[in-house]
Order: sequence, then structure tokens, then C-alpha cells
Amino acid sequence: MKSWILTLLAVALFGLHQDLWFWNSATPFVFGFMPIGLFYHVCFSIASSLLMWALVKWAWPATLKEPRHLRAELGERES
Amino acid sequence: MIEATVVFVYLAIVLYMGIFAFRRDRGTGEDYFLASRSLGPIVFLFSLFGTNMTAFSILGSSGKTFRDGIGVYGLMASSSGLIIPITLLFVGTRLWAVGKRFGHMTPVQIFRDRWEAGHIGTLIFLLQAALLVPYIVVGVMGGGKTLYALSGGQVPEAVGGGVVALVVMSYVFCGGMRGTAWVNTFQTILFLTFGLLAVIVIGNSLGGFSSTLNRMLEDESTAYLLSRERMNAYVFFSFMFIPLSAIAFPHICIFCLTAKKVESFKYTVILYPVCILAIWMPCVFLGMIAASDADIQDTVASAGTSDHVMLLVLKQHAPRWLAGILGAAIMAAVMASDSQILALSTMFTEDVFAYYGGKKFFGERVQVVTGRVFVVAVTVLAYVIAMTTHQQIFDIAIKYAFTGYAALAPLTIAAVFWKRGTKYGALASTLVVIGGLLLVAYLETAYPEPGAIPAFPFLTRTPGGVVFLRGFLPVVPLVLLSTLAMIVVSLLTPPPSRRTIERYFPGGSS
Repeated sequence: MKSWILTLLAVALFGLHQDLWFWNSATPFVFGFMPIGLFYHVCFSIASSLLMWALVKWAWPATLKEPRHLRAELGERES
Repeated sequence: MIEATVVFVYLAIVLYMGIFAFRRDRGTGEDYFLASRSLGPIVFLFSLFGTNMTAFSILGSSGKTFRDGIGVYGLMASSSGLIIPITLLFVGTRLWAVGKRFGHMTPVQIFRDRWEAGHIGTLIFLLQAALLVPYIVVGVMGGGKTLYALSGGQVPEAVGGGVVALVVMSYVFCGGMRGTAWVNTFQTILFLTFGLLAVIVIGNSLGGFSSTLNRMLEDESTAYLLSRERMNAYVFFSFMFIPLSAIAFPHICIFCLTAKKVESFKYTVILYPVCILAIWMPCVFLGMIAASDADIQDTVASAGTSDHVMLLVLKQHAPRWLAGILGAAIMAAVMASDSQILALSTMFTEDVFAYYGGKKFFGERVQVVTGRVFVVAVTVLAYVIAMTTHQQIFDIAIKYAFTGYAALAPLTIAAVFWKRGTKYGALASTLVVIGGLLLVAYLETAYPEPGAIPAFPFLTRTPGGVVFLRGFLPVVPLVLLSTLAMIVVSLLTPPPSRRTIERYFPGGSS
């Protein structure tokens, strides 16, 4: 996935944290017991986890994907 | 007394874990301080997460929800669930890599090597240590208070605090990082298992969630707790900056160096937001529904603090065995000072003892012994301070600590991301943090009453502290100013040698 899409998703999620639209609402109670504002942030946490999955899959730090130089230096250190 | 007995059994178990970890001790500094960089993905996830779950997360979150309502979850939990894993993914993995490559064991070692800085590293060490000590003291205080509450006053705070300090000291002394990681893993699993169960049992005891919430909605004195109508949106936004502190905390940074493979980070990064949800949701929910109980309201009003709402709910609405287990889990969170004590010991032995020639002169065995002696000394000192000082002082100090560490995050990020960063940039950034914290502390003391601050028209004193412009917490301008100082001063001063840059950014990457 293009890195700009992932960046956009991360920035969007950062913005979506400030949910002014549910600021003064207690109801409806989702599942009969969860205030809507709290339910929104539960969903936000799950969305964060999905974003992390996408970042790990498509934006894993490139330098760490190539351990050859790391292995070489580690070998140097250990010897 | 059943609750206190369960807690004592828990303390015995964690003590045994420390002793068991001692049997695997290889006698090297890397083994004692970093568990030989050998933690697998599961222990790494739970121990790193457990390290971050302090008394503030468990007791503080339910107490704050009791006062301020459900917004506390978004304020502290969902913001952390987004920011902390991102920093672990992009900064933590790079810290792990340079730690593994060059053998570094503390953030200051990385800064000194990366920026070719000597005494500037010592200044950063002093600032980090000063911001870490209040945590350890409050951990001891919290242990005493929790045991006192769970035993119904039969275990005095001084004795409870002493027992907790002794247990923490013993397993950190014996087990080092390995023992600490195992205990944190045990703690996290305990809370994940029983937290949700407690919510269900207590909800039923209160007459069911749905009827409890409807009752709260109809009552004007509790209805606001179900929304964020009394929460400042600027403060809410400011809390997105606080989780930056995680990657700058020495104990979290040091934990990043303990992973056996970089792949261990993958599970942690993906599952961190879900773990936050699983731990914070029960705490916030219990804090919220506790407000519907008139007895708890009265107890809190007479005590003048809501920090022990969770314990009150457990005592009044949970079966005693469950209250005991949850009490043990709360105790475990209070004891998260274990990794902070170990981090302080690691920092002292590596950044001061070894750096100023102690390791070269006395050898590695003496260095490890010094680390263990330091653990004892810090714990004893923390206990003495905890028993002779008012907690409020340290609560305030911790408030500054979160801000301070968040404002130090640009240093850590620049160290692993920005080739052009220099030691003078790091120095400027550190001085901005020190100056900013001192200024905020001075203003909050000089202007105790809410209102305008004449000398600083863009600052206002509120009951909660000094805020910037329309309500931003000091963390926002401090993070921005610290970043600016790092960038501007680095660009104005000579970069580190080409050799150093090539070591840290091989192949021209980053």
C-alpha cells in the first residue's frame, strides 16, 4: 500500500479522535448500557489496532527488513 | 481480611518469580539489566504493556471517571492506543536496532554515541532521573494505601508501603530485567482476565447496567458523567501529546532493547490498542457506575479524594475472592515502579558508573553489584520519602513528568531519524524542557487562584493548572518549542562526524 495512503489514514484517525459531534450526547446507549461517546472511542481503539496492522504490514521500517548489514556488524561485535 | 490475604499470596508469587529468575542469572550486566536481549513476543508484549500500566492507569482512571465522566477514556486511553504503538513501531524498533548493533543499554548511551556528546548526556541523565523519582515514591505510597484499604484498615499504610517496597526491591534485586518482565507479564494477564469479570459482577450487583445508566441519566448530579459536556475540548486535544512521553520514558526505551527479535514489536504494535481497551474499559466503566452509588459518593466526599473509588466498588459490590484478586491486580499496577527502579539503576550504572570509568576500573561483576546496591538504596530512599512527605507534592511532580518526557520525545525521535541532529540541538531541546517545566511550576505557585497571568497574556491560570491560549495544556507548546529548538540549533551547529552518521544511517537510509 502506498505510504501516503497510510499517512493519510493515520492523520485522519488523529483528527477523528476529537469527536466534537458526540461531545454533549449521552444517548443512545449502545447495547443498552454504553453511552454513545464511550462506544465511539471503543470503536476508535479497534480502528487504531487495524491501522497498526496495516502499518506493520505495509510500512515496516525498511532498514530493519534488510538485516544483512546488521548481521555483519553483529558478527564483527561478537568476534 | 480475605482480600488482604489474597494480595499477600500474590506478593509471595511475584517474590518467587524474582528468585526463580535469579537462577537464570548469567552474571553479566546485559543479562541483569536487559535479560540478555532475549524476550520473546508474548512476554515482550505483556511486560512492555504492564510497565506502562501504573497506579494512574488503574486507580487514577476510575477515580477521574468518577469525577469527570466517560471522556476520561478518550482523554487517556484511546489517545495512547493510537500514539504509543506508532512511536513503538517507528522509534522503538530503531532504538532496538541501534541497541543491538552497538550494545547500548540506556537512552543516554544512544544519545552520547549518536551525537558525540559527553556531559550533555549527563545533563539529560539528571533530568530523566529527576522526572522518574516521583513515580517510584508514589508507587510505594500507593502500595501502602491499597493494602490499607483492602484490609479494612488492619494493615497500616507504613507497614503496607514497607511490604510492597520490600517485595519490589527483592524481585528487582534478584531477577533484574528478567524477573521484572515476568512479573509484569503475570500482572497484565491477571488484570485482563479478571477486569471484565469484575465489571459484569459489579454491574449485576448494582441492579444491571441498563437501569443503572438510566438512573444516572435522570439524575442531574450524575447525568454529565455520561457525556463530555463539562470537559474542555482543548484539554482533550492536548492529551494527544501526552502519550509521546512513553517512548522518552527511560524504562520504556530500555524495554525496547530487551526484545530478542525485531519481529516481537509486531504483536505489541498491533495489539497495544486492544490491550488498552481491555484494561481501561473496566476501570472507566467501574468509575462511571460507582457514581450511581450513594454510599460511595458519601465516602468519597468525606475522604476528599476519588482515587480509591475502584477499591470501594470492589469492597461493596464484588465477592470477596474477586475483590482479593482484583486487589492483587491493582497492587500489581501500583508496583509498576519495579521497572522504573530497575531503569534508574541501569541508567546510574551505565551512564554514570561505567561512563566515568567504574566499569573499566572495577570490572563488569562490580558494575552489576553496584546496580543491585543502587536498587536497594533507591527503594529505601523512596520508602523514607514516601512515609515523610505529603503525596500531593509527588502527584504534582508526576504531572510535570508526563509533560517533561513528552517534550523530550523530539530528542529520541531525532536521534534515530534525523542525520543532521547535533549535540547542541539536543542540549537546546533539553534546556527548553527544563526551563518550560520550571516556568510552569513557578507560575502555578505564584498564581494559585484562577485568572489571567499579567506577565504572560497568552497563559491563564485555571483550577487544574496553567493553560496556553484557549485551554491547551503546557505539553503542547513545550513539545513544539522543544522540536523547534532541536531543529534550529542543530542547523546552526556542525553535524556529527561522517563516521558516526554512517554508523547510524548505513546506506544513506533515513
